[in-house]
Amino acid sequence: MDQIEIKNIKKSFGSHQILNDISIHVDSHEIVSILGVSGVGKTTLFNIVAGISNPDQGQVIYNQQDITGQSGFFSYMLQKDLLLPYRTIMGNAILPSIIKNTSKKEAIQKAAPAFKIFGLEGTENKYPNQLSGGMRQRAALLRTYLASKNVNLLDEPFSALDELTKRNIYKWYLDLNQKIGTTTLLITHSVDEAVTLSDRVYILSGQPATITKELVIDSPQKRTDDFELTEDFLKYKKEILTSL
Amino acid sequence: MKKSTSTNINLLPGIVILGLLIIWQIISQLNIIPTYMLPSPISVIEAFVSDFGNLMSNMWITLLEALWGLLLGIILGLLIALVMDMFEPIYRAVYPLLVISQTVPTVAIAPLLILWFGYGIMPKVVLITITTFFPVAVEMLDGFRSTDHDLITLMKTFGASRWKIYYYVKFPSSIDNFFASLKISVAYSVVSAVIAEWVGGFNGLGVYMTRVMKAYSYDKMFAVIFLISIISLLLIFLVNLLQKIMTPWRNSHHEQSRSSN
Repeated sequence: MDQIEIKNIKKSFGSHQILNDISIHVDSHEIVSILGVSGVGKTTLFNIVAGISNPDQGQVIYNQQDITGQSGFFSYMLQKDLLLPYRTIMGNAILPSIIKNTSKKEAIQKAAPAFKIFGLEGTENKYPNQLSGGMRQRAALLRTYLASKNVNLLDEPFSALDELTKRNIYKWYLDLNQKIGTTTLLITHSVDEAVTLSDRVYILSGQPATITKELVIDSPQKRTDDFELTEDFLKYKKEILTSL
Repeated sequence: MKKSTSTNINLLPGIVILGLLIIWQIISQLNIIPTYMLPSPISVIEAFVSDFGNLMSNMWITLLEALWGLLLGIILGLLIALVMDMFEPIYRAVYPLLVISQTVPTVAIAPLLILWFGYGIMPKVVLITITTFFPVAVEMLDGFRSTDHDLITLMKTFGASRWKIYYYVKFPSSIDNFFASLKISVAYSVVSAVIAEWVGGFNGLGVYMTRVMKAYSYDKMFAVIFLISIISLLLIFLVNLLQKIMTPWRNSHHEQSRSSN
């Protein structure tokens, strides 16, 4: 089970309040997006969830356990793949385990089966610069997955990819989510990405930022290939755009 | 296309050097400058061959000093960079001092070091350490400080301690800076060794050089100069080789450039 609950988070930098009373929750196997314009405070919220910075008020709860301000529970992934160029893909994948003092052999044993699930077989001994952009992003996801088991915090992970690669990777991510049952909290500024990937979307806006809307994406056509061409998709998109 | 231009560039310095040597030989042979003032390249080579044993025995001493000094310089440079990167107040306090330390000419400190440490190997090693730590310290500090901040944050989400961040990220990310500084320091180390020996000592290329100079054997002196240049070049070549071996991910670029085009 993986359940994240974020309760009444407040955060200011100096006299400037960024986040005001943010409460969201992510259930097991869910993909939940936080959507907002650039600079609204998405990444600040994310750092709090990841335990990199402390909120002024509020709690982050993971499976009934208060983990506010503690890092190491979830790993996050950014727009930059942040793969270490001097380590092979396997070397990158096992890094989180090695940092937690797992032996190298054991870490490799644990990581090896995941390469197939992530469509990265044969890349184990390659260096990141030998992989395409989409593959690098998948390798970074693999590392995130190995770092924190089933919880992925993704901060605009796909925004640097080209349109076609992006479409493929959305489809792939949805398949992956079904296959291994990941729980995902996704930050994005792309309405299309939020609607395509999410089960639920939170809209973050205002100064200081609050959650202004929660939207459930439960169209029956959601898992079909051309969901983005359906009327439902447009309906969701419209609803989001009017409330941004 | 690209390949042929790069080989042309590699050949060019060789051609220029050869040309200069030919001109030099002609000047000597026509006695435009008398040979006791400027020996011809051929007589320098002859001196090199006839004096080979002497040159080699002195070379080992100089090399030994240079390598010890370089090793200590690298360790000192790394330590200084590490401490300055870890503690911001130290960085701000020490950095200007570090720069000032490099404005003191080595020729001026060398006699002092001999006064303090005697005529043995010690003052030479100390002088080389003083000159070689600086490029390492400055470059490594630059490497540490320019490590991607997001990467460090990511390591923290993995639960990495400060030391692990250095071990897994900051040090390996700075490897290019390290080799850049090493190339400079290697060249410095040989020159500094010679300067230190020049000021005082029993053996080494610097001592030998002052001896042949006082004997007006300029052909032998030029032979020493060539030997010093060759040693420096060989060491830099070794550093380049080491860099290639230690950065294998750089040798695997072509696939990526093809796919991104």
